[in-house]
Amino acid sequence: MQITVSVNGESYVRDVEPRLLLTHFLRDELRLTGTHWGCDTSNCGACVVRLDGVPVKSCTVLAVMADGAEVSTVEGLAHGRSEAELDPVQEGFMVCHGLQCGFCTPGMMLTSRALLDRDPAPSAETIREAISGQICRCTGYENIVRSVQWAAAKEAAVRGSADTDTSEAMA
Amino acid sequence: MTAIGEKGVQDLSVQIHAAEETPRGYGAMKRKEDTRFIRGHGQYVDDVVLPGMLHGAVLRSPLAHARIVRLDTSAAEAHPKVHAVITGQTLAGLGLAWMPTLSQDTQAVLATDKVRFQGQEVAFVVADDRYAARDALALIDVEYDALEPVVDAKRALEPGTPVIRDDKDGKTDNHIFDWESGDRTATDEVFAEAEAAEDQLVVVQDMIYPRVHPAPLETCGAIADMDPVTGKLTLWTTTQAPHAHRTLYALVAGLPEHKIRIISPDIGGGFGNKVGIYPGYVCAVVASIVTGKPVKWMEDRSENLMSTSFARDYHMRGEVAVTREGRIRGVRVHVLADHGAFDATAQPTAFPAGFFGVFTGSYDLEAAHCAVTGVYTNKAPGGVAYACSFRITEAVYLIERMVDVVAHDLAMDPAELRMRNLLRPEQFPYQSKTGWEYDSGDYPHTFRVALDKAGYDELRAEQADRRRRFDAGEPVALMGIGLSFFTEAVGAGPRRTMDILGLGMADGAELRIHPTGKAVLRVSCQSQGQGHETTFAQIVAQELGISPDDIDVVHGDTDQTPFGLGTYGSRSTPVSGAATAVVARKVRERAKIVAAAMMEVSTDDLEWDDGRWQVAGDPDASRSMADIAMAAHSNLELPEGVEGQLDATCVYNPPNLTYPCGAYICVVDVDPGTGAVDVRRFVAVDDCGVRINPMIVEGQVHGGLADGVGMALMQCIAFDLDGNCLGGSMMDYLLPTSLECPSWELGETVTPSPHHPIGAKGVGESATVGSPPAVVNAVIDALAPYDVRHADMPLTPAAVWCAAQGHPLRPDLGIT
Amino acid sequence: MQVPAQFEYHKATSVDDAIALLTRHGPESFLVAGGHSLLPMMKLRLAEPETLIDINGLDELAVVAVESDHVRIGAMVRHSALLSSPVIAEHFPIFTDAERLIADPIVRNRGTVGGSLCQADPSEDLSAAFSAMRATAVIRGADGEREVPVREFHRGPYETAAAHEEILVAVRVPIRAGSGSAYAKLERRAGDWAVASAGAMLRLEGETVAEVGIGLSAVGAPHFVAPEAEEHLRGGPASDAAFVEAGRIASAHCSPSADQRGPVDYKRHLAGELTTRVLRRAARRSRGEEA
Repeated sequence: MQITVSVNGESYVRDVEPRLLLTHFLRDELRLTGTHWGCDTSNCGACVVRLDGVPVKSCTVLAVMADGAEVSTVEGLAHGRSEAELDPVQEGFMVCHGLQCGFCTPGMMLTSRALLDRDPAPSAETIREAISGQICRCTGYENIVRSVQWAAAKEAAVRGSADTDTSEAMA
Repeated sequence: MTAIGEKGVQDLSVQIHAAEETPRGYGAMKRKEDTRFIRGHGQYVDDVVLPGMLHGAVLRSPLAHARIVRLDTSAAEAHPKVHAVITGQTLAGLGLAWMPTLSQDTQAVLATDKVRFQGQEVAFVVADDRYAARDALALIDVEYDALEPVVDAKRALEPGTPVIRDDKDGKTDNHIFDWESGDRTATDEVFAEAEAAEDQLVVVQDMIYPRVHPAPLETCGAIADMDPVTGKLTLWTTTQAPHAHRTLYALVAGLPEHKIRIISPDIGGGFGNKVGIYPGYVCAVVASIVTGKPVKWMEDRSENLMSTSFARDYHMRGEVAVTREGRIRGVRVHVLADHGAFDATAQPTAFPAGFFGVFTGSYDLEAAHCAVTGVYTNKAPGGVAYACSFRITEAVYLIERMVDVVAHDLAMDPAELRMRNLLRPEQFPYQSKTGWEYDSGDYPHTFRVALDKAGYDELRAEQADRRRRFDAGEPVALMGIGLSFFTEAVGAGPRRTMDILGLGMADGAELRIHPTGKAVLRVSCQSQGQGHETTFAQIVAQELGISPDDIDVVHGDTDQTPFGLGTYGSRSTPVSGAATAVVARKVRERAKIVAAAMMEVSTDDLEWDDGRWQVAGDPDASRSMADIAMAAHSNLELPEGVEGQLDATCVYNPPNLTYPCGAYICVVDVDPGTGAVDVRRFVAVDDCGVRINPMIVEGQVHGGLADGVGMALMQCIAFDLDGNCLGGSMMDYLLPTSLECPSWELGETVTPSPHHPIGAKGVGESATVGSPPAVVNAVIDALAPYDVRHADMPLTPAAVWCAAQGHPLRPDLGIT
Repeated sequence: MQVPAQFEYHKATSVDDAIALLTRHGPESFLVAGGHSLLPMMKLRLAEPETLIDINGLDELAVVAVESDHVRIGAMVRHSALLSSPVIAEHFPIFTDAERLIADPIVRNRGTVGGSLCQADPSEDLSAAFSAMRATAVIRGADGEREVPVREFHRGPYETAAAHEEILVAVRVPIRAGSGSAYAKLERRAGDWAVASAGAMLRLEGETVAEVGIGLSAVGAPHFVAPEAEEHLRGGPASDAAFVEAGRIASAHCSPSADQRGPVDYKRHLAGELTTRVLRRAARRSRGEEA
C-alpha cells in the first residue's frame, strides 16, 4: 500500500507491503542505515527513532503505521556537515566517550535528545531511567550518562548566553 | 603521561578522562572514528548493499538430537522469489558439508546425517529479499527421528550415554580431550601434607561457570560476492580476524587464497563472538557461487544466541591447601569442560583449555595442578569467546572464589588473606608453578590503592552495624563486600609456542609516510569498538612527532593490510600496538638518515627531540617529519643503501605475554525478602601498563565491569533436559541495563611491561575477567547471616533466595 | 532480523469501523494497538493473522477522564500517559507504581492499557492492578457497550471476555475516598516480565479494613486475584500481623509454575512477601503517611 512518511523533514512516498517494519523501511527503502537493529523482541533499542517526536522501537512498528507521521533518525540530528552544526548530544557523546562500537549510539542519542527536549537538566538517575530500554554492550552506560549531562550543560550555557544577548538587546 | 620504559609504579591522580584538545601523542583525545558513528554514517555489514544482491536465510533444527529422515525443499524452491535452496546434500556434493573448526575438530555446515543441537543449520534459502527468504523457510519440510539428547555435561561420559559424534569413525563416547598443567606429584604432596598437618587444612568447593553468550549488539553476518569472471571472492563479514578467516576459507573451500578478499567493515561489538567461522558464512559463499550473485546473510538475535560461539560452561572443583594462618600453599583443580556438539573453541593449538593454566592467579604458591576434560553435549559449539582472554575468566573466577571460600572457612578477612598471599614486587619476573612468566607488577600496592579508594575499613564497619540491626529483626538490606585481585595474561603470543591452526600469532604493520608528512598505518587487527583508528594513530604520533589527525589507520581489509591474527584475547595493543611502535621507530631511523643528508651532517650528530631530528646542541638546526618526508621523495641525494621514501614494515613476534592486573571491590545490598541484589558501588583499580588514551582505557574497563555484573547476576544460557535452549532471545537472555550498573569508580596504577616497546599491556578484557568474582564474592558475603559458602552464577533473585534457604540452584539446567 | 508473514492491513477510522472490519474479516483478523506483544509474536511466526486492524488512530480511546465517582481510562491510553497522568497519581498510585516497572520507557511510549489487558499474559501487570482496584472493563460491540468486572474479564491465559467482534474501549476505576493502593513487582532485571508481582487497594475506616483488593501476577492466581487473603482482611484490623497473615494466605492459594525466573517454592514465597509489602504501603497511603 502507498504511504507518505516525512523523515528528517523530507517527505517520501513509497508503495510498501503492510508487513514491512519501520526499521526496514528506513534502512532498505530510504537507505538511511544509521538506524540499526539488534534483537527481534523490542528489548535492545538499537532501532529507536522518533515518531512524531516520541522515541519508539522501530523494529516493532509497521511502516504503514507511520503513514502521515514525522519520523526523525540519527541522520537528522545534526543541522549541517560541520562540527559546529552537530547536536550537543552528538558532541557530548564524542567528548565524553559515550560510544565504542557505535551500534547502540543512534538510538541512545535520539532518546537522549527527546529527554533533553522535555527535561533540560536531568539527573543521572533520570538519564539512566530514560535509556533503560536500550542495551549498550560496550560502555557500561557510565559515559553515556556523562555525555547527556555534558549536552545538558552545554545547552544551558548556550541558553544562558542567549538570554544575556536578549536582555542586552532589549536594554 | 608516563615515561616509556620507566621502572616502578606511578599513581595518576586524574581517573576520569574526557577528550582534551588533540594531543600530539598519548592522552585523552576524541576518537577519530566517532565523527562517522555519531552521524549514523558507520558502515556495518548489514548496511552494505551490492547490485543484484540476494538474501539468504537458514533453516534450523528445532530438536537437540535427531536423525534427519527426510528433507523436502520442493515447495520452497517453487516460491517465485526463491533462487536456490542449499542443503547438506548439496554441500556434500561439493565436499563442503563439514568444515574444520579452530580446534582441529570438524563441524557440520549443513546437517546431513543428524542434528546435534537445537538451532543447528539444516538448509539455506536464497531469495530476492529477506522477507521472501524467511517465508520460504516455512515451506521446507523436514522429518526428524528424535534421539535422546545429552544435556548434562556431568553425564556425558557415563556408560550408555548416546554418542553424539557418531560421524567420527570409531567414536564410542563423548570424550574430546584430557589436558593438564602444573606438577601433579608436587601438588599432591603438598595436599597430603596439608591433610595430615594439624595447623593446615584443605578447602574444597565445586562451582560452575555457566554458559554465557557474548551477544554483541550487532549479530553475525556476511555478504559473499563471487565474481564469476575473475573468480575472486569478496566477503564482507563480521570478523575479528580477517586474515585468519581468509586462510581458513582457502583451506575450507579450496579457493586460492589470493582470490579471496575479506572486508570487515565497522563491527557492532565482537567480544569473541566474531572470531569463529559460522555455517551461515560458508553457505553465503556457496550461494554466491551457485547463483552468480552477491548473497547477504544476517542472522537474527535468536540465531545468534542459539548457534554462535558461546563462552565458559566450565564445571570446576577447586581445592586449596592452606595453613591455618592463611598461607596458601597449593591449588588443585579439576574441570569438566562442556564444548557442545562440535569442538569449535578458538584458541592456540597447544592450549585446549586456553590459558586456564593461569588459575594460580596472583599468589605465591608452592605447587599447583589442574586437569581438564573436554566433552561433547547436544548444545551449540564454541567455548572460548566473550572477552575471556582464552579462559582466564574461568581461571580468575576459580581462584578468586576459592580464596573467599578459604577466608570463610578460616573466618579471616578476605582482604587480609589476599594481602598475605599476593606476589611481592621483588618476585618479578615471576615464574608461576604452571609455567607462565609474569612480566611485572606491584600487586600489594595496586590492592592497597583499591582498598583505600573504596574505604574498605569503613565499609566493613557499616556492614557490621547493618548485620547487628538485621540480627535484631530490623528490615534492613544485607550488605556485602566482594574483592577480587586478578592477573591477566594477554597479547598472544610468542609464535614459537602459540598458533591457531598452524598460523603463528605474530602480527604485521605497515607505515607509509606521504611526501607532505601525513601517514597511513596498515594493521592486521580489527576494531570492534576499541578505537584502534585513534590509539594506533596516537602511537605513531608519539613516535614521529606528528598529529594523530594526520595519520589514517587502515584495517579490516585483507587486500589492504599485512597479515596478522586479529583482535581478541586483548591482543591488539600488546601485539599490533607493539608492531605499530616498532614500524614507526623504523621510519624514524630512516628519517634520521635523510635528515642527516638534508643538513649535511653525520647521523651520529643527530638527536631526536620533541618530534624533530636535531643537530645535537643546535636547536636551530632541525627537521620535522614533514620536512624529511618531502626530502625523502625529492631529488635529494641520499646516502648509499637508502632507496628513498620513508615507508617501513614489520612483523611483531611477542617475546612473552603481557600481564595486566587489577584489584576490584564490589559493594552490594541484598533484599533478604526477595533475593534481589543491588550493586551499590564498584571500585576498579587496573594496572595495564602505559595508557595510550586513558579515556579509551577507562571506557574499556567500564564495559567489562558491566559484563561482570551481567554474568554474575543475570546472563546464562541454560538448557532443559530435552535440549531446548532457554536463553534464545533477549527476553530470556538478560543483559544488564543502565539501571543495574552503578557509577563505576576507577583508579589506576601503572607498571609498564618491561618487554613491550611502549610498556603497554592491553586492557580490553581485564574487567570482564576480573569483575564476576568480585560481584559473586560480595553477594555471598552479604548472605553471611545464612552461612552461605558458595552459590553459582547467575545470582538472580531466585538463586540468591534459594542459596539462603540452603538449596542452591544449578544454573546450567532449566529450573524445575 | 525476524519478519512477520504477510497480512492484509486496515486502519480503523472509528470504533464502529473497527468492529465492522473485525466482523467482515472474521476470526483471523486481529486488532493491533501498540503492537509490542503482537508484532514480536508475528515475527516469531507464532501469530499469523490474515488481517490486522490498526486502531492507533482512535484518539477518542486515548483519554483519561474523571467521570463523577470513577476514572475512565481509555483502551488506547499509552503506558507512558498513564504513568505521567496527575489524575492517576492522585487517585490510584498503584498504577503509577506499576507503570514505572512495565517494560521500559520506550516500549511504554507505544504500548497501551487495552493492549496489555487484552493480551492477558499471565505475567501481565495491569491485569493484577486493575483487579486489585476492582475496576470494570467497558466492551463495545455492534449492539453497543457492556460492562464486565475486570475480575471476570480474564478467562484464562491469553483469553478474555471480549468476543472476536468486540473491542475493549475503556476501563472504569472507582474513586474511593480515603483509600490507598500500591504495586510491587520483582523482576530479574529492569524491563523483564515479573518473577512475581502484587497490587493492593485498601480503604480503611479508622483502623478497620472496609474494602480490600489484592491482585497477583505471574504466580498462577486465577483471575489475577487473591480472594482468600482479601476475605481474611475484610472487616478486620489493618495491622501488620494481618498483612503478614494475608501474605501467607495469598502465598498458599496461588499456583506458580517453575521457569527460569525461579522454582515454585520461591515464587510462592514472593507472592506472600510482595502481598504483605503492598498491603503495608497501601495502608500507609490510605492513612496519608506516604505519597
